[in-house]
Amino acid sequence: MRGVAELMQLLTPGGHRITVASRARTTELAESPTATCDSRSDPPRGAGLPAAGPGNGPGGGEPTIVDIDLPVYVADLTDDELFGLYRDMVLVRRMDEEATSLQRQGELGLWASLRGQEAAQVGSGRALGPDDMAFPSYREHGVAWCRGVDPAAVLAIFRGVNLGGWDPAEHGFALYSIVVGAQTLHATGYAMGMAQDRSPGAAIVYFGDGASSEGDVNEAFGWASVFAVPLVFFCQNNQWAISEPARRQSRTEIFHRAAGFGFPSVRVDGNDVLACLAVTRWALATARAGRGPVLVEAVTYRMGAHTTADDPTRYRSSAELEAWHRRDPLDRIRTHLAARGLLAQERDRRLALETDTFAHELRARCTAMPDPDPTSLFDHVQVTENGLVAAQRSAFAATLDPGET
Amino acid sequence: MTSGAVIAGEQAADGGGQRTGEPAGPVPITLAKALNLGLRSAMAADPKVIVMGEDVGTLGGVFRVTDGLLKEFGEARVIDTPLAESAIVGTAIGLAMRGYRPVCEIQFDGFVYPAFDQIVSQLAKLHYRSAGRIRLPVTIRIPFGGGIGAVEHHSESPEAYFCHTAGLKVVACSNPADAHQMIQQAIRSDDPVIFLEPKRRYWEKAVVDPGSLGEPSPDATGGLHSSAVARAGTDATLVGYGPTVRTCLDAAEVSAADDGRSLEVVDLRSLSPLDLEPVLASVRRTGRLVVVHEAPSNVSVSAEVAARVTEQAFYSLEAPVLRVTGFDTPYPPARLEDHYLPDVDRILDAVDRSFGY
Repeated sequence: MRGVAELMQLLTPGGHRITVASRARTTELAESPTATCDSRSDPPRGAGLPAAGPGNGPGGGEPTIVDIDLPVYVADLTDDELFGLYRDMVLVRRMDEEATSLQRQGELGLWASLRGQEAAQVGSGRALGPDDMAFPSYREHGVAWCRGVDPAAVLAIFRGVNLGGWDPAEHGFALYSIVVGAQTLHATGYAMGMAQDRSPGAAIVYFGDGASSEGDVNEAFGWASVFAVPLVFFCQNNQWAISEPARRQSRTEIFHRAAGFGFPSVRVDGNDVLACLAVTRWALATARAGRGPVLVEAVTYRMGAHTTADDPTRYRSSAELEAWHRRDPLDRIRTHLAARGLLAQERDRRLALETDTFAHELRARCTAMPDPDPTSLFDHVQVTENGLVAAQRSAFAATLDPGET
Repeated sequence: MTSGAVIAGEQAADGGGQRTGEPAGPVPITLAKALNLGLRSAMAADPKVIVMGEDVGTLGGVFRVTDGLLKEFGEARVIDTPLAESAIVGTAIGLAMRGYRPVCEIQFDGFVYPAFDQIVSQLAKLHYRSAGRIRLPVTIRIPFGGGIGAVEHHSESPEAYFCHTAGLKVVACSNPADAHQMIQQAIRSDDPVIFLEPKRRYWEKAVVDPGSLGEPSPDATGGLHSSAVARAGTDATLVGYGPTVRTCLDAAEVSAADDGRSLEVVDLRSLSPLDLEPVLASVRRTGRLVVVHEAPSNVSVSAEVAARVTEQAFYSLEAPVLRVTGFDTPYPPARLEDHYLPDVDRILDAVDRSFGY
């Protein structure tokens, strides 16, 4: 697909660079780059749960920069699929806008906007297959969309009617994790289990530049590498952890950190949906083939506030915001589609209509969500309810007016 | 239930070969060995049971509780982990989400705090957060308590932190028979269990039938979360758990001999949820209660026991509920720990004070 290759060259000048810290892997890459990229052809699964031994573990040595041919990973995209990525991004942005206004109108307690990160989330989310398992942070509404999670279920969390209303097993999408970085360890353990089960899938875990400073993330890097688990660390570096710029988290580039832990990493333009799709497909293939974890740093920008409770004018300049507006991921995919003649007026109009209907229905479903039954706060504390909770439930229920339950 | 009654506190057997191989017939085994046999039974019964922690594999654990498991079950199921406690619990959560039943070892009580978030915010809450969709059958074994002359952070009693956290179950074994049964019950639990092992009692022996696996009972009797009368008595009630059950039994022995008092000893076994029925039944007969643990008194298990007994058996009490605990200081240097730990004299002083009301 020539158009894609050209676009990626255009959007990511200089190609995509991968840092590989393992001497053994460097040799392998140098000798057979295509085999490394096309890992499905040869799945000698890692040892599973046991740690990589001296023979197949990281070999130390200097980080090495190699090029991979990323366009190969999106060469199969049809025009419809390309438009589908655009549709995903449009709908997800509209969901975000609707949620923001619902919060302003008092229908949500809070909203964490993903505006600006649609390409990183849709590109990586659409790289996932049915056997893969995603572990999100709390801003991954676009990935949730790609995993078939009802957007209303995502809004329900921020409305305060539940703490996580979808079935992680059904969607291959874990619950949101609000303690930043904690989910990287869950993903690591889950991936250990996948290796042990000889699962054909891999796990992917989302976190941000701020989370990269957390101990849990660094423990996950080390652990995942030592046990060679099939896991993609997908860091959306959106430049800001509330008010703290990424440079407060690290003196090195985030993607460089993987080298110290002994596994490969790649930095990708996070506002380029095709690049994100290609890189994530490559990373997942590497993980699925038993070559251990990969770190992807998707460089993007949080165009909105951290949450609706935040005022970003206190810590960042309008000039910076303006500069990133010019790299808006939706504008970029639109430009590409237009250049390829894929934005016919009729199709665009139909999408606009679909988006309006989607937003209208989402709003109606959100505002129609009732408060939960008060006694449900006692539900599911444990699989086997203990007497203390049962007694408190009964005593509490007795205090309720008849209409309240 | 066999708790307490079968303890062979005297070193009856010669001790040779106790840490290797299956004991033939009813010979006394140590608490550590009982745990080892219980772990082995649990792993044999369920291929999803995985043991993970620092030094649990090749070394067999610093207390040898996991001795021989690596050889028997292989490195896919007995995993020497990096020294990363948060990761030990965090990855166990992920493994449990995948259908495994991990048994994590935290090497010493004082090393559990790096895993605190993963235990109290993740492990404890994911079942609730997911409205019951996610079950996390994770057992976290923690050798706890002092009395072994150790350096700092090796002698602590962190149970109150976990009892205070909804979603966790917290149990403490006090003798080999219970240890053998309770570890298997904990592993079979579909809820996360903090499993506290009294490290200074690891080498105390009692008769355990290695073939016995107590079935978790639907009612309280005999289940993991039931307390048990370890010694029957009529004049006052002592309540302990983990390492202080032995101390309470010793105190009861001395009291009977020296003062002619008949002290009942209740082993709590389960700290969360608490099973206070045997305690309340005892207090209704004796009218006097002394609660004993190594942890500091402030906002502790004994505080909870005292509050609930006062609420539920107020008119049976002849005296306030008294407590004998560690002091509200950091755990002291080893040369001072005998002053810090509840001992027979402090317990009997409390019993005297109770009778003084």
